[in-house]
Amino acid sequence: MKRRAFLLALPWVLPLPSAAATPGAPAPALSLPDAAGRTVALDVLRGKVVYVDFWASWCGPCKRSFPWMNEMAQKYGAKGFEIVAVNLDRKRDDAERFLKATPAGFTVVFDPAGTTPAAWQVKGMPSSYLVDATGKVVMVESGFRDEHKAEVEERIRAAVGAK
Amino acid sequence: MRRTRLAAVLAITALLSGCASFAPPQAWEKQYLAKPAMQFDADKLDVRNTQHIYFSREGAAGGYGLGGGGCGCN
Repeated sequence: MKRRAFLLALPWVLPLPSAAATPGAPAPALSLPDAAGRTVALDVLRGKVVYVDFWASWCGPCKRSFPWMNEMAQKYGAKGFEIVAVNLDRKRDDAERFLKATPAGFTVVFDPAGTTPAAWQVKGMPSSYLVDATGKVVMVESGFRDEHKAEVEERIRAAVGAK
Repeated sequence: MRRTRLAAVLAITALLSGCASFAPPQAWEKQYLAKPAMQFDADKLDVRNTQHIYFSREGAAGGYGLGGGGCGCN
């Protein structure tokens, strides 16, 4: 009797299996369309250092992060560094308006359904992940803080240099 | 007796599983919550007025992320 009750409760007690993006773990899958409808997939970019950034038009720190990401893309782009910024706006118009005011000099893909951030277990906005050339997550950053910029750039430089 | 017990267990699990389907919004789902109108202190004048009433009528201050921690010294 007792055992049966325990079995009934089991599905609610067991934690869900997770493939979260954590440092040291292989990056979860990412395959999303860009503005032109072309599919950008993370595993196609294997061999490059990829900075995956989750953002939305309504998020203030995201707006502040764009000039910095432009700078990084320009600085390390030639060294095999790529930024993939995943937009999470429900409405595409919001994203387009944002991008008009805040130009992005890097790849922007769209996930209005939010399935990718769910798989990556994004905790805050913006969230960024540095994926090295082997497809492993080397850094997870939640939020965009000016005082972390130098540290993150150092991680990018190290990952690009280690290739 | 056994039957009712099993029924009770079933009922409780069914009830509790309802809680499992409730999830707070994810970070990327907070578009509307991020709007200025959704803040407690969206209208500065209104906040000042409310705070003034609390201060002068109830001897309380702060608690809305404004200056003062209710020590009565401001």
